[in-house]
Amino acid sequence: MHCQAPTIQAPNGQVQALDALDRRLIDSYQRGLPVCTRPFHTIAERLGSSEDEVIARLERLQALGVLSRVGPVFDHARAGASLLAAVAVPEAERDAFAELINAAPGVNHNYAREHDFNLWFVMTAPDEPELEARLDGLEARLGVPILRLPMLEGYHIDLSFPIPWAELERA
Amino acid sequence: MKTTDDLPFATSGTGYAAPSAEAESRLRGLLERGLPLTPRPWRTLAEQAGMAEEQVMACVRRWQADGMIKRLGLVVKHRRLGLQANAMVVWDVPDERVAEAGRRLARETAVTLCYRRPRRLPDWPYNLFCMIHGAHRDRVLAELAAIAERLGLGDIEHRVLFSTHAYRQCGGRYVREAAA
Repeated sequence: MHCQAPTIQAPNGQVQALDALDRRLIDSYQRGLPVCTRPFHTIAERLGSSEDEVIARLERLQALGVLSRVGPVFDHARAGASLLAAVAVPEAERDAFAELINAAPGVNHNYAREHDFNLWFVMTAPDEPELEARLDGLEARLGVPILRLPMLEGYHIDLSFPIPWAELERA
Repeated sequence: MKTTDDLPFATSGTGYAAPSAEAESRLRGLLERGLPLTPRPWRTLAEQAGMAEEQVMACVRRWQADGMIKRLGLVVKHRRLGLQANAMVVWDVPDERVAEAGRRLARETAVTLCYRRPRRLPDWPYNLFCMIHGAHRDRVLAELAAIAERLGLGDIEHRVLFSTHAYRQCGGRYVREAAA
């Protein structure tokens, strides 16, 4: 797996570590990364920086865990099968259940939430039968029923989000 | 697998042969892990996928045009920026009102996702989900109250499920490992 659970939960995250160029990169390029031979060169020209500097910034933002990656966000519905799922487990055993869920193939989000259904995760798979098989397998390992909540209609499927820098600075 | 040197169309302008389905699938798998941070990331991906650089860029542009790729850029981990309050708000909206409520919620700038999902009675009566991020729980709740008031959703039964811990937060992995 190339994906690690985030570990740092500092109250104001990494905001203090980000300077104006970092923030402009984040504000300007959550979408619209140029599809040309040297995209970071093009970005650097637009931001008045250098290709090396832009690459170094992106590497650092990834190392800080501020970025999970630079790349495409695929449309779940068209890229394969996916499903929001939840289980209700005893709070005292939540970490152990979460570990089992993370170990299952295709899990890409896994959050504890304040509800009787206290673990929420997204299961992905190349197609619907594989998705069902993964969920059935995980359900057997967990020993509790999985609430299966496929998307029926998406009203807003863009994950790009304006970062409220000033609000975070005050945090 | 061919190397870039074997490919006759690596530098010409038009008329590329279509890449094989296998190569496209490999490219998808590679892209799900993100672009290599090199001066010519598409060329690096091309070498790994067994395609030409131009074919990779053409593929990405096609996937952008047909909606397979929703956006291309920096994928931010909101928690690491201090956006700790991540509220999933779930609503039990009468079926005849749910599409309109979903469309209107989605237009709110504070709402980052909005989906209709099935109820699972008796355990789960909620059919509309939206996500609100913020630096503080209080701000998120105030924002939610303002939205509910503005959209006339005050009478709709809803619950706010704040997240208390992220065990995992990363992009989807749709391509079979063998193909990636």
